[in-house]
Amino acid sequence: MILLWQDSALGRMSEGIQHPDLSKFLVIGALLFSIGVAGVLVRRNIIVIFMSIELILNAANLNFIAFSRYLQETGNVNAVAGQVFTVFIIVVAAAEAAIGLGLVIALYRNRGTVFVDKIDLLKW
Amino acid sequence: MHRYIWLVPLLPLVGAAINGLLGRKFRFSERLVSAVAVGSVALAFLISVAAVVNYGTTIWPKTYVTSDDGAFKYTWIPGGATEITEGLQERAEGETTKKASDEAGRVARERGTKPGEAVVVGVTHAPVRRGQGSVLDVEWSYQLDPLSSVFMLIVTGVGLCIFVFATGYMHGDRGFYRFFSYLGLFMFSMLILVMGSNFMMMFVGWEGVGLCSYLLIGYYFDRKEAGDASRKAFITNRVGDFGFALAVFGVIATFGTTQYTSVMSQASAFPIEIIGQWGIMSWIALGLFVGACGKSAQIPLYVWLPDAMAGPTPVSALIHAATMVTAGLYMLTRTNVIFQHSQAMMLVVAIIGALTALFAATIGITQNDIKKVLAYSTVSQLGFMFLACGVGAFVIGIFHVMTHAFFKALMFLGAGSVIHAMHHEQDMRRMGGLRKYMPKTYWTFFAGWLAICGVIPFAGFWSKDEILWNAASTEYFHSGWLLWLIATIAATCTAFYMTRLMALTFWGRERFLEVRAGGQADEAHAAAYDEGKAVHVAIDPSVADRPHHGPEERVGVAHVLEAEAVGEAEATDTRGHDVHDHHDPHEPAGHGQHPHGSVVPHESPPSMWVPLAVLAVLATVGGFVGISPAFAGGQHVGGRLNIVNWLDPVIWNPATGRFGKETSAEVTALEERNKSVAGREAVRQEGSREAPLPTESGEGHAEPPLPYGDTGFNLAHAVQGVLGGSHAAAEWFFIVVSLLAAGLGMGLGYLFYIRKPELPDLWAARLSSLYRASFNKYWIDELYGALFTRRTMDAARAVNAVDSKGIDGAVNGAAWLTRQLSRFTGATDRLVVDGAVNGVAGFIKLLMSPLLRAAQTGVAANYALVMILGLVAAVGLYFGKDILAAITGAR
Repeated sequence: MILLWQDSALGRMSEGIQHPDLSKFLVIGALLFSIGVAGVLVRRNIIVIFMSIELILNAANLNFIAFSRYLQETGNVNAVAGQVFTVFIIVVAAAEAAIGLGLVIALYRNRGTVFVDKIDLLKW
Repeated sequence: MHRYIWLVPLLPLVGAAINGLLGRKFRFSERLVSAVAVGSVALAFLISVAAVVNYGTTIWPKTYVTSDDGAFKYTWIPGGATEITEGLQERAEGETTKKASDEAGRVARERGTKPGEAVVVGVTHAPVRRGQGSVLDVEWSYQLDPLSSVFMLIVTGVGLCIFVFATGYMHGDRGFYRFFSYLGLFMFSMLILVMGSNFMMMFVGWEGVGLCSYLLIGYYFDRKEAGDASRKAFITNRVGDFGFALAVFGVIATFGTTQYTSVMSQASAFPIEIIGQWGIMSWIALGLFVGACGKSAQIPLYVWLPDAMAGPTPVSALIHAATMVTAGLYMLTRTNVIFQHSQAMMLVVAIIGALTALFAATIGITQNDIKKVLAYSTVSQLGFMFLACGVGAFVIGIFHVMTHAFFKALMFLGAGSVIHAMHHEQDMRRMGGLRKYMPKTYWTFFAGWLAICGVIPFAGFWSKDEILWNAASTEYFHSGWLLWLIATIAATCTAFYMTRLMALTFWGRERFLEVRAGGQADEAHAAAYDEGKAVHVAIDPSVADRPHHGPEERVGVAHVLEAEAVGEAEATDTRGHDVHDHHDPHEPAGHGQHPHGSVVPHESPPSMWVPLAVLAVLATVGGFVGISPAFAGGQHVGGRLNIVNWLDPVIWNPATGRFGKETSAEVTALEERNKSVAGREAVRQEGSREAPLPTESGEGHAEPPLPYGDTGFNLAHAVQGVLGGSHAAAEWFFIVVSLLAAGLGMGLGYLFYIRKPELPDLWAARLSSLYRASFNKYWIDELYGALFTRRTMDAARAVNAVDSKGIDGAVNGAAWLTRQLSRFTGATDRLVVDGAVNGVAGFIKLLMSPLLRAAQTGVAANYALVMILGLVAAVGLYFGKDILAAITGAR
């Protein structure tokens, strides 16, 4: 019975929900990454760009986790590097956000704007 | 003692080194310098005397070389030719082998021999050619033989007198230590010259004395004429040294050695070259003679000697009268074997000697500078010596060297004493009557005067008379009588000018009290002074031979003003040369108070007159070592103490082809005796050397004829024939003639300068052309100036022109060309290469800059976009195919 259920399409679906396929995580990560990239490219407000960057980082985190879990599932119970890396990235992102927001505030104080198309200092 | 002769040259060298190297640094006092210099020479003299006495009693007549018994030997120039000859040997062997195989191949081909068959060939062995001079070993060792012993004694003995004199004469000179250092160096060189055992050592000494002569003539180097004179002496001597060097090369090439003993024994076996033949012996003799002419001041190279009087007077006495100028005579006598092998060169030597004797004597008559007169007298006397050598009487030449060393050194030192007393006045016209003021100098000078004039029994008589006799009786070539005549006239002139010198200096009025002209021996200046055109101040106080007295010396104007300030009477009419000799404690107290303001001469200190006295004694009795056979029963009496017998072993006898004067019969007798009496000891016996000498036998003339062919008319033989064939009578005839000549010269001198002082001017006017020629020294200096000096300068200028125009022009032209080329390439570089580079750069700049500038917006988002695009591109590039495949595969 169980075997049958498992063979049925519904069974396969519930099985897929319970143990989602690696590719689904990767697709979601790719989508998150794309959204982040688009945000970075098209938004003017530097804070939004920051948030987009967070999206990109989290896309990466998702991939790390996914691969880590996948490896554990497939037998390598010690494959925790991806999870550790994720924790690192979260820490670094927090630090980056703190410094970045500080910079943004300093920038705003100096230039009176947070729009990146107004800040073309790299031209020089 | 003879084993220690190597100390003789060494001691003066050590003395010179001490004085020269330490004298300045440690400010040696004059006493110390004198002690070192005189002490070293005195010690050398004592060693010489001891060595010669020892040699004379034990070894004479053989030659002693220090390398023989190991007393002193050093291989100075090791001839490393042994290896070369060994190489030659191997090469010759190799050539022989090659020749043999070639020959074998040829023979085999001719006979058609099959391979493997043997062919016997005979090949002459190639001889190894050993160059005759290829094993030249030059050693440094000293030779003691009759000739070098005489010279050792002259050099150290007369040298010692002159050293002592110089300590007085040079007193107060700033360069005292330097003077004695040079003088010691000279003694060293001269002793090397006369004591060396080979030609190379003679050459070293020869050049050494030349150098010292140069240094000492130019001792007062702050004076132009001293510098000029020293250079003149040096350069003139170079001409002679050139000939000497060539002769030494000739000796090495011919005999393969430079050692005298070997050269002489080899040379005596060579064939004699009579006039018309000119072989190697004549060439060597010619070269040696050119060297002797330079060093001994013979025509045509005599010009340096009179100028050399610019040196201090002791130098003139030592170097330019007593020792160095006789080096040529030493060389001639040393190489008499070679000269006697060339009849032509003997004739040349005799002619040059006779002409020099007469030529210099005639110049000496008219000179006014006391040292110049003595200088020309020296040249003349050297001519006599050369004449003696030329006519074959080498022994007499050396005898005259010795007597001349005594009386000429005496006269030079006497002249130095006079000059010293006259406060460096050298012009005899401002002297006179000095007999009263300096009796010691006068009486010693008197002895020298009698000696040089040839008055019996003073030293000069014996040697000069022998020279004249030998000239008249020579059998070496034709026309000895002509040489005799020339020499007799020269001897008369000698007596005349020496009497003139005596009269002007010591006799007559005291002209130094009258003549107001200044102290420069300068004709033009004196004349200008007389006309009031020139003020006599010693602007150039260094004309005369005068020691430096340091910066405090009072000369000329400054001295006059100073004297005026203190109210000295002499101030109004001070003679410019009047340098106060503060050093002289013997100066009379009345000095300076004379009405004419002139100086009163004073006798010289003992350090100066004692050497004079010693030399005067020698000049008086020195001739007795060579007393004429005519006075002694036709024999050279005194055994080996007679200089003729003493020197005999070094003189080659062309009649017998052996050394020594014995005739063939005597040689045979001697040899037999040597055989019978055991060993060589017999030779040492006094008796054996006193075998009857050729001059002894009056009639019959036992001497065999010389191998120079018939020499035609012989004055001595003719006189002998007229006087009944008596040899002694003939000799007496020539003695009387030479005494008459001397008397004539002296009488004329007395007549001209004492009895009738107006005569000289009268005769000078009457024979004005002759007088001017003599007074101007026959314009020889001017002639040489025009012929050689100016031609040399012209050549130098021509060479300079070629150098500056041609060679420099080529160099500068090349430089110019290079510069033009570099300009062209520079322009090319700038225009073409740089232009291309810049053009490309400009093009790129124009084309690319808007594009690149546009890309740089400065907006971070744009850069991020590019990054993303790049990422996409990269991913696409690497994984594009996989992605495509996945997409298509999925579909």
